[in-house]
Amino acid sequence: MSDAVAIRAPVARTESGKFWIVPPAALLALLFFYPLALIARQAFLDDIGVANVAEVIRVLHSRFFLNALINTVSISIAATAGCLVVGLVLALILAFVPFPGSGFIARLIDTFIALPTFLVTLAFTFLYGSAGMLNAGLMETFSLPLPPVDFLYSAWGVILAEITVYTPFILRPLLAAFSLVDRGQIEAASVLGARPFRIVRQVILPAAIPALIAGGSLCLLLTVNEFGIVLFIGAKGVITLPLLIYGKAIQESAYQVACIIAVVNIALSLGLFGLYRFAAGRLGA
Amino acid sequence: MSAAAFTGTSVMDIDAAKVRGAGSNVHFDKVSVAYGAHVVLHPLTLDIAPGEILAMIGPSGSGKTTALRAVAGFVRPASGRIRIGATDVTDLPPYERGLGMVVQNYALFPHMRVEDNVAFGLRAQGADKALIGERIKDALATVGMSAYARRYPRELSGGQQQRVAIARALAVRPRVLLLDEPLSALDAQIRRNMVEEIARLHRSLPGLTILYVTHDQTEALTLADKIAIMRDGRVCSHGPTTELYRRPPNRFTAEFLGRANLLPVTIAEAVGSKGFATARHGDVTLTGAGRDEKAGDKSLLCIRPQHLSLTADSEHTNRIVGTLREVHWQGELTHLVLDVDGTPVRVSATRLPIALPEPGTKVPLFFAPADTSLLPEDAGV
Repeated sequence: MSDAVAIRAPVARTESGKFWIVPPAALLALLFFYPLALIARQAFLDDIGVANVAEVIRVLHSRFFLNALINTVSISIAATAGCLVVGLVLALILAFVPFPGSGFIARLIDTFIALPTFLVTLAFTFLYGSAGMLNAGLMETFSLPLPPVDFLYSAWGVILAEITVYTPFILRPLLAAFSLVDRGQIEAASVLGARPFRIVRQVILPAAIPALIAGGSLCLLLTVNEFGIVLFIGAKGVITLPLLIYGKAIQESAYQVACIIAVVNIALSLGLFGLYRFAAGRLGA
Repeated sequence: MSAAAFTGTSVMDIDAAKVRGAGSNVHFDKVSVAYGAHVVLHPLTLDIAPGEILAMIGPSGSGKTTALRAVAGFVRPASGRIRIGATDVTDLPPYERGLGMVVQNYALFPHMRVEDNVAFGLRAQGADKALIGERIKDALATVGMSAYARRYPRELSGGQQQRVAIARALAVRPRVLLLDEPLSALDAQIRRNMVEEIARLHRSLPGLTILYVTHDQTEALTLADKIAIMRDGRVCSHGPTTELYRRPPNRFTAEFLGRANLLPVTIAEAVGSKGFATARHGDVTLTGAGRDEKAGDKSLLCIRPQHLSLTADSEHTNRIVGTLREVHWQGELTHLVLDVDGTPVRVSATRLPIALPEPGTKVPLFFAPADTSLLPEDAGV
């Protein structure tokens, strides 16, 4: 008898506990899923509420959409690759080359995460812009009539800004992974005759692969959705998906087109987010 | 599998020729190590002969691991030189020293199979595929791990992982093998077995010089030809293992290397031609093996617990009386603790009288002069 009571009691608690799922689920539905559903619905309906799949096909085959998709993917892949390279080199130096102040430098790099993304772009205009310090210095030194450095207002400017902003997102997981690498393995490899590059390649990097995948996926996700940097730089001909959505929705009031592109952007983002979660799960994050 | 299998020529052999020179002896020449103003290893001069096992033992922070890491090249000496064979390696990076190293936590590469772990050093040295295959086979056979070549380290027990670590270190045919507390992470039973296996391994590789750092005196006593006892960054005694155990030169060595009873005595009659001195402990006259003690010197008479007997015989001519305080039965051994004029004296006996005296009773203890060692009372190093 007492056993039966003991078994039933937790069941009762579980039954009542089920209701706690309602408030967060309702909140999520209201603030997140419902607006998403509206966007998805709007993508397939025209302005008078009639289903219009032809428009979806037209947009997906349009030059402006394909250009924006190619720009988005190529810029985010290039920026992510840059972040991976810069982040890896920085993390290796910070983790394995002992020098005073390495901790301070790591924290300083971290502060980039706290800053708004367009701030870096603003700083870039002061540094590399037409009237920036670099161009002014070069023009004065070499008596040049025109600014010689003109990469900022192109896809390269966007990529460089994104690398600057998003490298800490690679650096942080890498430093965490490197802190777990057994120094004994590095020393054993060294005593066995391995030079530093081999040790990095065969001992350190394999241990950091989950961190690289996690950081890289997050970076890719963020750069795909980057809006502020692209808008602020205003590079001629560099239109990405978020910028295209903004243009279609706000400037042209073409809501169905904006929603069709938004659905593609969302699908892309969710795919990358799934990759990130998978990698982060393997990393134990 | 025997050491004869380790006779191939590899790039390692060629590259390391400049390191190895004519021999595999290790020479510390006034080597000191300091971190800022903090000296962790005071000038150390020490030789390890080719094929010798030198155990460095001492408490934590005594400088033993620092000395080993200086040989490996991970710690740069503040002064002095280190030579391996005829070559000064002080300024060489670790990968050019031609060493093997095994550490406490195995440090196997977790993403590589056992065979790849063993092959790592050979590949780093650019050895050809055929030689690598042969060496993997030989090294794994030497440590009895041939059947585990395709496994990952995570699929092995601690003892198996340590065997693989040893095979990995041996595969590059180092002249000097550095063992840094290699058995500390293993449980007692496996540790005992591994000590015996390392001893067997060294018998099969007699040319291999080993620097063995441990805090475990049993490992040192079992394996080492010579022992260096470290304390506070200095060698406080160094010598052949049996000699150091039987005739410790100072109190720290006597107490660190096995258990020791140290009876304070005053030399009554200086050391004679047979190497024995007569000493007085209270009103008892004892005979002990001495060095150069003179009459009137204050000294300590060192007697190991297993050399004390509850029964007299023709060799056990020294006799002291103590009050029995504690009896600890441990299966193979029974430990007795007695009070001899205020000095605690331990007795380890395999056989005891059927009826043990009750604690508090006076018990006579007998020991042979040859089993004792006189050491100066003020040599506290």
